[in-house]
Formats: sequence, structure tokens, C-alpha cells
Amino acid sequence: MSKKKLTYSLNYRRPKSEYKDSDELMICIRYYHKCNHTSKTKIIKKSTGVKCKLQDWNTDWHLTKDRSPVKSSDPDFKKKNKILKEKVKSFDIEKLYSSVKNESFSDYLNSKLPKGPIDRKWTNHKNTIDLVSPANKRNIDIIVVGTGLAGGSACATLAELGYNVKAFCFQDSPRRAHSIAAQGGINAAKNYQGDGDSIYRLFYDTVKGGDYRSREENVYRLAEVSANIIDQCVAQGVPFARDYGGLLDNRSFGGVLVSRTFYAKGQTGQQLLLGAYSAMNRQIARGKIKMYNRHEMLDVVLVDGKARGIITRNLVNGEIESHSAHAVVLASGGYGNVFYLSTNAMGSNVTAAWKAHKRGAYFANPCFTQIHPTCIPVSGDHQSKLTLMSESLRNDGRIWVPKNIHDVESIRKGELRPTEITEENRDYFLERRYPAFGNLVPRDVASRAAKERCDAGFGVNKTGEAVYLDFASAIIRYGKEQALVDGKDEKNDEIVQSLGKEIIKKKYGNLFQMYEKIVDQNPYETPMMIYPAVHYTMGGVWVDYNLMTTIPGLYAIGEANFSDHGANRLGASALMQGLADGYFVLPYTIGDYLSDDISTGPIPNDSQEFINAEKEAKEKIDFFVNNNGSKSVDYFHKKLGKIMWNKCGMARNKKDLESAIQEISELRKEFFKEVKVPGDQNEFNEELAKAGRVADFLELGELFAKDALEREESCGGHFREEHQTKEGEATRKKEFQFVSAWEYMGEPKNAILHKENLEYENIEVKERSYK
Amino acid sequence: MSKNLIVLIFVLQIILMKNFLFTSIGKKFAMALSAIFLMIFLLQHFLINITSVFSESLFNWLSHFMGTNPLVQFILQPVLIAGVIFHFIMGFFLEIQNRRATKYEYHKDRGGANSTWMSRNMIWSGLVILSFLVLHFIDFWIPEMNHKYVEFLPDDPNRYHHELVEKFQDPYKVVFYCVSFVLLSLHLLHGFSSSLKSMGTNKSYASSVKNVSYAYSIGIPLGFCFIAIFHHFSH
Amino acid sequence: MKLKLKIWRQKNADTNGGIVNYDIDNISPDMSFLEMLDVLNADLISKDEEPVSFDHDCREGICGSCSLFINGQAHGPDRRITTCQLHMRKFKDGDTIYIEPFRAKAFPVIKDLVVDRSAFDRIQQSGGYISVNTSGNTQDANSIPINKDDADTAFDAATCIGCGACVATCKNSSAMLFVGAKVSQYSLLPQGKTEASRRVMNMVNQMDLEGFGNCSNTGACEVECPKGISLDNIARMNRELMKASVKK
Repeated sequence: MSKKKLTYSLNYRRPKSEYKDSDELMICIRYYHKCNHTSKTKIIKKSTGVKCKLQDWNTDWHLTKDRSPVKSSDPDFKKKNKILKEKVKSFDIEKLYSSVKNESFSDYLNSKLPKGPIDRKWTNHKNTIDLVSPANKRNIDIIVVGTGLAGGSACATLAELGYNVKAFCFQDSPRRAHSIAAQGGINAAKNYQGDGDSIYRLFYDTVKGGDYRSREENVYRLAEVSANIIDQCVAQGVPFARDYGGLLDNRSFGGVLVSRTFYAKGQTGQQLLLGAYSAMNRQIARGKIKMYNRHEMLDVVLVDGKARGIITRNLVNGEIESHSAHAVVLASGGYGNVFYLSTNAMGSNVTAAWKAHKRGAYFANPCFTQIHPTCIPVSGDHQSKLTLMSESLRNDGRIWVPKNIHDVESIRKGELRPTEITEENRDYFLERRYPAFGNLVPRDVASRAAKERCDAGFGVNKTGEAVYLDFASAIIRYGKEQALVDGKDEKNDEIVQSLGKEIIKKKYGNLFQMYEKIVDQNPYETPMMIYPAVHYTMGGVWVDYNLMTTIPGLYAIGEANFSDHGANRLGASALMQGLADGYFVLPYTIGDYLSDDISTGPIPNDSQEFINAEKEAKEKIDFFVNNNGSKSVDYFHKKLGKIMWNKCGMARNKKDLESAIQEISELRKEFFKEVKVPGDQNEFNEELAKAGRVADFLELGELFAKDALEREESCGGHFREEHQTKEGEATRKKEFQFVSAWEYMGEPKNAILHKENLEYENIEVKERSYK
Repeated sequence: MSKNLIVLIFVLQIILMKNFLFTSIGKKFAMALSAIFLMIFLLQHFLINITSVFSESLFNWLSHFMGTNPLVQFILQPVLIAGVIFHFIMGFFLEIQNRRATKYEYHKDRGGANSTWMSRNMIWSGLVILSFLVLHFIDFWIPEMNHKYVEFLPDDPNRYHHELVEKFQDPYKVVFYCVSFVLLSLHLLHGFSSSLKSMGTNKSYASSVKNVSYAYSIGIPLGFCFIAIFHHFSH
Repeated sequence: MKLKLKIWRQKNADTNGGIVNYDIDNISPDMSFLEMLDVLNADLISKDEEPVSFDHDCREGICGSCSLFINGQAHGPDRRITTCQLHMRKFKDGDTIYIEPFRAKAFPVIKDLVVDRSAFDRIQQSGGYISVNTSGNTQDANSIPINKDDADTAFDAATCIGCGACVATCKNSSAMLFVGAKVSQYSLLPQGKTEASRRVMNMVNQMDLEGFGNCSNTGACEVECPKGISLDNIARMNRELMKASVKK
């Protein structure tokens, strides 16, 4: 907590002029709470119980050496000053805030939602916001941090529009951002299949899938621009799957009843990212984007309360650099790696978002994390990363565990093979519990159901943390179909099997191959083993409708922001959101802010603010390199991951969350004391980069747990054991229909909660049922 | 026929374009073109030589024609020599360029795991063939040129066959010939299909290209060996 | 498992490197190759030695970061995988494993096993795109049907992850499989045909400028490519370049 914001004052009750010098007044401690978003200031006063005569009061107390307000003319001045200092030390903002009603802050969170009917809001908004003329765009610089789907596409459009873009990524090329690993597909309300899809239905599915914790207006806009994404990508040469007529093919994903997912085999994310990367390349060639590879953002720099640049570290030679611009866009992805084991890339980190948070951006819903049901189970302690198997597999794969516990035991001992268990002895638990959606329930539901079975002792691998995903019946079904088409004998098992496997291979070949390489089992012959793993974080930096954070001029897009997925994201929606934000939303809404900057001129990158921020960043790096600790960065990261997974994972409860906060805070202290970073700061040093990232995870983890603790309900990916039905389904609570936006106050556990209430005018909030 | 003409014009047009030829792909293309030209020559050479096995008179007649026809002697022959020289110089040039691009050697490199020996050692098989060609020139071409254009000896249309037979009486020479032809075969086994790929042949021809390539690359060198051994033992 | 590792160590681009020997124990066959290196690094850190630097990120075979030349082969002895997907079960107890960076003049070493592959980016920037603006106001995605075979072939070419194994494994350090794949992807799609000539000429020129070698059709790249990109793409690029040269 920054004590600098605390001041002493005398508690005048009447105008100053009415007092005499000998009057005695109470001394107060004042706390100025500056709300960056509206630049309003809120003052909180607390009486100290110490009184002082006007003549003994030093109005220039802040200039004195020891900041003592009581002059030596007061006989008790030493004692009084001492008490005051102690009062400052024990000043607990947290407590004071809970006494102030949270609602009183909600007006600070201005989401800038446009007026009008929902299907006109985005159009109206575009029609009324300020624009920057083409001639002026040339004079405006924008920094984009991260080059995944959101960042890459934003860079491309911003440059296309005429802004000068500086793009940063920590990888060796923008093409390697982790969006590339998305497999299944991208949703769009095209209704090419004619199965009743529409913008409204996509909007409805997304809000419902998110368990009514997302902002209606943002989701509607997302659904609206989704169709453009497909047009855009096809024009860019993205090779989506096509049918024999040459038209685009679709498949179905979890939590919906239509086929609206466009895909490129199991590599949709890769193809879309390469599309955005190619659009970027075109602008790099034109000189409109300046690309900085292998650069990591260390801090965001605020000048006069506005985001005006960033501090980066060149990961090749360790140089700390200042980059200035008129606005900064964060597209730095999610923070799933706080769990250490996740499907995120090894380098994925929260640093950019967290540093923005520390500078005043509110962090929203940190506890909303998606645990993806179909990942390859952990094989041992050495594991560095988990591998996802696309949700599309649930189109054809059936999930089950044995019905009888003795079968489970023999499987674990290796005495029984899963294929030897007969149909009646299998428990297809998703089909049993959710007959309407079956294996295609949303991810949070599927994950919890798998966990429930494994907790009950039915897990099928050695560690008891795996369920089967079986393609045998799909192989037979497809095989018979194909046999009929080819005029072959559909009763011949061999023919049916080989034809069926051929079709499955065409659909999921690369995924099956991937599974086989990792697990060393042939999934065509034996069912796959899967278990849930951390995959995506719905939470992120709080943004308004324009995607601006609470720091003016700082934007957050893609997974880095919080807005569109609520408490649970539906499959194939992340790609949609990333590209929608980057291609079609941010480039227009940013003009509203930048229109004030057309005559600002270039922002200098050597102002005092930059020098200070650079110095801070250097100090931190020097600290790590010179810290003579005894434990590696990974040691702490793994430990943090264990705490997070065990206490803030798929199911959470009050006791565990409270102890998690405690443990993380202790771990962080130990980290700063004991961490060992080999090598130098002026060279390629991965351990050093990791140390900075883990330091931020150690803070975020605590806020994560705090958020989970405060959210006394179960919704989407956030499941509190205290709040569930008899059947173990999540119970949502009306009073928690808000976005938690946390303001940084020094220690994460001191963060202050701001609430953005969520209104649903176009959709009925009801129990999310997939039965 | 007209289609072939179009192709010919197309090829000529490409050759004339230096911005194509100076690209890496252009050089590759030129290399392939000269290779194909040499392969056609080799086929023609073989067809004439094989007649020596079954018909002395036909061989003599063909040799005499080739040796005296001004079109062959003063146009095709210089073109051929230019083609050979181009192929070799380009081969060395590309080898040097490629070595420069690799610059560093691996401490352990298992090239055999992903490519054939032939494909990786074209420069070595090529060098053996070059040394063979030197011998071949000394053996046949220089005496021939000497005979015809230096000493202006009288023309005898029937001298070719017995000259040929005499050359193959030395067993060491036959062995050297055969070894060279084995290397030529290896060179062709990669070179034939490679040249076609360099010229951008479509994958739909891949299997037929492969078959023809094997037939040509093994058949022709084998045939040449046969001719040498046949004449060695038949006299 | 117990292994002997022979790893290329190099402080930075300006210094000379060399092979350093390490012994490593307690390796589980279920580990991925990179996890084995993690174990080595943890060991080195605890002994106050500098860990081995190597590029890696997604660890699921799609980002193309990892770039190790293992026992004489790009991405190691298994096929159709990247280094991160290589598992230790492919090795035997007591094996000696050489680990070197991807080598080419155009891929200078940054540190240890990390190389600079920005040459690939520059080739892409020279023309690896379709010049369409990102307004979203293009025509409807289904307005031009695309023959499924062409779409599938374009997709197969587009799966390139830009890892550089083709260059590393090529005896000539040629980048033609990489460039050929990109040229093919766009030239097969109607959207990309409009500027096909310009694209192929610019990309080939840039490739030559970067100092990559020539293709001699050994086919090694095709075999070592983690995504199995076909040599056919090089032939298609050759055709495209010829066509482009004639048109010009």
C-alpha cells in the first residue's frame, strides 16, 4: 500500500477563519483514493484521537525531515507525533473500505455502454464515437503488446487504418504466439448449414454458456461481427475445411445445438494466426508496423495519468528500452500458467496485464478459469506442460468409466483392458447425467463430471485421474455408413472397422497421432485416456465497451481482457473473440480516445516518468541476478501451481481458499528471499525472464484466491463446494450477478473490490440446464 | 507438334530472361535443362553404340554419318561441348554456393536417415564422371579430331568398329569404364528425377517419372558396360 | 535411464562454441525430450552452473519454436514430430545423445541451442500474404467455391510451422520447402492467384538474399518436416516462378 497517499489534516468543522490560534482541533489521517478512470478523487478520513492547537500545527509538515505535523512548541509534541506515526502504520484501508458501501464506487466503473436496442447498439456506437482523420492517423503511434490472434489482427487493422504501430512479442516471431495451438475451430453466426443459427442465438448461447456473468452488450457485438471474421479470413487465404461442393464446412461444439464452428482440421488456431500474421507482414513490409521480436514488456508508463508507453527488455541482449506512444494495447493473453501445469505455452505469462494492474488498471474476475475436460493426463512429476485434445473429439468420442470398482482396479493393475469391458459394465456418465447434450455439454460441466467420477474412485489410470474417451462406436457407425456408400458388406466387421478408422483418421488424424506420440498407445485400438486441465482464463483486465481499461489510453483485448465469456467460455469462442476485438472492434473504438491526441505530437520516451519506470525495472532485474538464493524459479512455480490446483482448482471452498491466500503470500516472501537466478542480465537469460514472470504469478495467485473466496456462489468455471445442489450442480446467486473488478493496493490481499452490476435485458436469466 | 513448339518457345523465353536465371531457382532450372540435354545425348550415344554389338556395318554407317555430317560436327558438337562444360561449371558453382550457405558442420549428422547417398553426393559422382570424360576424350575424341581435322587423314567409312574393339582390349580400361558407369548410374538415379522436379513437374506424373527414371538410369549405364565387356571378350 | 549428453554450448553470437559433455541420470521414458533438458537444467542450476538455453514454447508441436538437431537429425530420430513431441522412450539406457542447434548461415546462433530464424519472417514480409484490407467488408466467404482437392492441398501446405527443420537438415541449407509451402498455399487458392507472380518473385528474391542454399532435391526436408510438407511444393514454386517470369 502506498503510504504516500496518506496525509495528516486538522478536522475543521467551520471555515478556517472562524478559528483562533489557541483552538484545539482533532488531527485526522486522510486517504485520497484516486480513481483513474474518471480522475475523481475520493477522500476517506479517520480520526486519530490526537488533538493539537492551531498554533502548534505545522502546515508544511510534509516538508519536515521526519514528517511530523506537531511543532515543538507543543509540550507533548514528541508523544503526539509518535502516536500519529503509529496510527499511519496501522491504517487499514481494507477495513475502511468495507465500511464504505461498494455501490458508492460503482459509478467509477463506467462501462460506456451505448443506448438503444441491443441489435443497434454497436452500429449506433460506431456512428457516434469520435474518429481520427486519415491525415492525423499518420501522426499517432500505438503500441501493441502481444501478437496472437487479438494482437496480430489489431496491429494489422490499426496499420491498415494508418496509425503507426509498434508491436512486441517475447517469442522469436509473431507467428509463434500461443493462439497457434487452438485446435477445434472458430464460431460464427453464418447459418450456412441452415439449422436455425442467428446472431441472437450465438449471443444467447455465449451468455448462457458463460453462466450469465458476461456483459450482454459486448457479447452481442461479438456475435454481430463474427460473420465478418470468416469473410475476412477466407479473403486472406485461410484454408478452412470445405465440402465436395467447394463450400465451407461446419462442425458442432459443446454447449450449443447448431453447427456453427468453422475449422481447418485440428489446426484452426494456427491457420487463423498465420492469416493475421500475413496481414501483419503486409504492413511490416509497408513500414506501418515496426516489429520487436524477443522483447518482453516489463511495465507500462503513465504520463499525466494516461498510458503513454512501455518499458521492455530485449531478451537477446538484456537491454532495457523505453517505447512511447499515444496509446498502449495489451493483447498478452491469459494467465493459466499460474497453475504451472496448464495447456498454455511455457512462456505465456501475466506480466503485462499484472504490471498494468499495478499501475491502476482494475483486474476483473481473476477466479474465472476454464478447466478443459479433454487433456492428456499427467504422467509424472517431471511434467512441464499439459496437452489438450480438441473438444471436437467429443463430437464422436464417448466418455466413460467402468461401472464396477473391481473393473477399475483390474485396469489399474493392467489385468484388464478397457476394450474387454462390456457395454453394460460401462458408465457413460455424461450421457447418463445430461441426456439432451450428452458428451457435448459445456466444458465446465464435463470437467466437473469427470472429476466427480475420479474422486469417487473410478479413475482409470495409475494415479486415478483419467477417464476414457472412446471412438469404437463412432468407428462402427461411420464404417457402416461408408460400407453402404461403397456398396460393401456392412456386416463384415473387418471392412466396417477399416472404413470407419479411415474416416476417423480424416477427421482427427493429427490429434490421434499426437496422442499416440505422447502416450504411446494407439487410440484407434484402445480408448484414449483424458483428464481435465487448466486451459483458458475468462478473467482479465477490466475494460469498458471500448475495450479501454481503467487507465486512460490503455486497452486490453483478447484473452487479456475479461469481457465476453463470463464464468465459462464455450468451445471455439476464444478465436472468435480474439479476432473480433483485433480486427473489428478495437481499431474503431480506439479512435474515440485518440481523437483528443491529434495535436499532441510525438510522445518523448525520455521524460521523467520513463526514466523512473526504467530505473524500477532495472532494479528488479538487478535484484534477481544478485539474489543469492538457493532454489530455482521452477521450484517456486511448481509449488505455486500445486497450491492453485489443489485449493483453487475445479472445486473450491472457503477453508482452502483462505489457506491458499496465506500460503501464496508466504511462498512469495520465500521466493524473494530464496530465488536463485543464474547468469547475467546483459545476455539471453531465460531463467531471469522466468523469474520476473513467476514473481507476478505469485501476486496474481493471491488475488485469484481472494476473488474466489469473495464470490460466494458457484457459476461456470468457478465452483464453490458450499454452493451446490444435491446432484452436485452449480448454484448461481442473484446477488453475485456482477463483475468483480479489483483495484491494486500494494498487497494483493488488500485489493479493493469494485462491482460492475450486470443487467440482462435481452435474455432471461435462468438456471443453466443441459439435461 | 504445335504444343511442343509452344513449350520450346516457352523454354527459350525463360532462358533469355536473366532475372529468372539469376535466382536460385533459375540456376537450378538451367542445371536441370543442361542435364536433360545431356541425357538425351547419352541416349543417342547409347543407341548408336549398341549397334556395334550386333551389326558392324550399321555401326560404321552411323558413326561415319555422325563424324562427317557438318550439322552434327559444327553445330551439335559445339553445343554438346558447351552443354557439358556448363553442366560441370554450374555444378561446381552451385556446390560452392551451397557450401557457403551451410557454413557450419554438425558434429553428428545422419544424412542417411532422410536421403539417399546418391542425392547427397552428386558432386562426387559427377567428379568421377568428369575424370571418365577426360579419359574418354583422350581415348576417342582427341584421336578422332586429330584424324579428321589436324592430320587430315583419308576418310575410311569402315574404320570405326575395329577401332572401338581395339580400345576395349585393355582389361584395366574396361574395369575403369565399368566403375565410371556405375557412378553414372548413381548420378542419374538422383539426377533424372531431380532435374524434372527442378523444372516443376507435377506430382501426378511422379510414379511414371520414377519408373522411367529407374529404367533409364540403370539400363543405359548397364548397356554401356555390356558393350565394353562384350567387345573385350568377343575378341 | 542414464544418458550421456553432448551439447553445443556457445555464450553468444560473437564467441565460438563447442561441445560439452554432461551425464544425466533418472530419466523416465515417459518424459519428453525437452523435459529431459529441464531436468538437466535444474541439475545445472543447483550446481551453480549456467543452464542450457534452448527455444521452446507451446510444447505441443505447433508453435515451431523448438529447434534441436538431435543425434544427427532435425527434431531427433522420430518422424512427423517436433523436438517437444519427441519422447525419451525413443532412446535406450546408456545412449550418447548429441544435441546441436539448427545450423545454417542464415540462422546465426544466439546462445547455446537458440538460433535466430528471423530470415523466415523477412521472407514472409516480402510477399507471403494476400493484399486484402482488414475492413471485414470483403465478399461473403462462400461466394467463391473452392475445389476440395485444391483446398486440402492448400491446407497441407499451410500447416508449415516455420520451425526451420527443412533448412537445418538440408545439406545445402536451402529454405525452398518453407518458401514453396507458402507460395503453394496462396497459389492454389483463388484469392491468392491475383498477385501470385509478384509474390513468388519477391519471396524467392528475398530467400536468395538471406543466404539460403539451393535445392538439390535430396528430399531430406520432406522426411524431417514435422508436418510432412511435400517436396511437391518446391516443384510448384518452380512452376510458379517460371510462369511469373514469362508473364513479366
